[in-house]
Amino acid sequence: MKHEITLRVNNDTYSLAIDPWRTLNEVLREDLNLTGTKLGCGSGDCGACTVIVDGRSVSSCLTLAVEMDQKEIMTVEGLAPSGEKLHPIQESFIEKGAIQCGFCTPGMELSAYHLLSQNPHPSETEIRESLSGNLCRCTGYTKIVEAIEASADKMKPRKRKGRKK
Amino acid sequence: MTLSRFELFSPAHLDEAVALLKEKGKDTFVMAGGTDLLIKRRHQIIHPKTIVSLKKIDGLNRISFSRNKGLVIGATALLADVARHRTILKHYPAIARAATNTANVQIRNMGTLVGNLCNASPAADNAPTLLAMNAELNITGPRGERVLPLEDFFLGPGATALQPAEIVTSVVVPLPLPGSGTAYLHLSARGRIDCSAASTGVSLTLKKSRVNSARIFIGACGPTPLRMPKAEAQLINQKVTQATAEKAGLAASGESKPISDVRANEDYRSRMVAVLVKRAIIEAYGLARENK
Repeated sequence: MKHEITLRVNNDTYSLAIDPWRTLNEVLREDLNLTGTKLGCGSGDCGACTVIVDGRSVSSCLTLAVEMDQKEIMTVEGLAPSGEKLHPIQESFIEKGAIQCGFCTPGMELSAYHLLSQNPHPSETEIRESLSGNLCRCTGYTKIVEAIEASADKMKPRKRKGRKK
Repeated sequence: MTLSRFELFSPAHLDEAVALLKEKGKDTFVMAGGTDLLIKRRHQIIHPKTIVSLKKIDGLNRISFSRNKGLVIGATALLADVARHRTILKHYPAIARAATNTANVQIRNMGTLVGNLCNASPAADNAPTLLAMNAELNITGPRGERVLPLEDFFLGPGATALQPAEIVTSVVVPLPLPGSGTAYLHLSARGRIDCSAASTGVSLTLKKSRVNSARIFIGACGPTPLRMPKAEAQLINQKVTQATAEKAGLAASGESKPISDVRANEDYRSRMVAVLVKRAIIEAYGLARENK
């Protein structure tokens, strides 16, 4: 039996009738045509399918779409809603050369988004740990880590000592 | 590849969930975070016809603490919330550490601690510490509620003492006694994301700097998490030194029942049990001495 659900994705609202076994990944890509979210391993290991649900990063391949009824979902398309002005995380990925084939990039950027929402100035170790669920087979991670460091500074410049908040 | 198609129920009350499990019978599965269940479905290890999600049951995601009742972690409390919960970090740091060491960020944002126990992997990251700390499970089923020591829960890989239509609603951990300390250590080939190749949880309670009681468990080195009574016996009435810890570690190595698999071979595992148990004993002893 199909379930009637309301999905809120990147501030758009969709009313859908969905079979219970379909994953959020399938519905985003096939029904909503939001193909920025990738499907890699399908088992929660690679992170290519990462999206943000109610402020937390999750694997959309292991999430049943029906369970996302009424939740706030953000995909990589939501990082740059105008389609023109890029998010600082995206800008930094380009500036630092953190993209090669690009398949892991949406997941990497959303993992970075989740990290920076919880910890605006992470250490290098914290950045690397936050990417434990995202695999990249091209870049070797260093440039991705550099990009996240750079975007942290852009999004929330560090306050200098002695200056009033 | 055709994966099973299933009905999904998300009852708002526990009674309804139990009734559904009873009514639907075979090929019905309870789901909390889904991070094990949906992978097993994808790999066609299971073929669910019905899934009963616990997520809409009010209060089941609660983490609460009181000095007399101890720590209560509800069935749908996320690993990410356990890992950074203030009270857990303060009174039960080893539990927070084990939760932090479970899988990766996304899985911790979806998966639950109780689900990690119910999946009953011999390598379950959260089992050894909770076992060492004398945790108990609250279980609800068709015949009402019961309490089961976690030590009696694991029967084999993927097998538990749950009866048909029973649901684990929470895990309860008593407040650690003054003079006690618990340590969790684990090893895995790739550091974080993969399952542990060996792990241990050690709880020591001291009386005048000597070990009064010890609970030592290991994970991923037997069909279930295993208790190490011979290693514990090495410590009773002793002050912990490098030498006593090493003797206990070697005893644990002898008691472990590892197999060779993709994560590590048998010989490596039994050697690592000795090392991990030794180190965890020293760490737990240090923590116990500080905890007056």
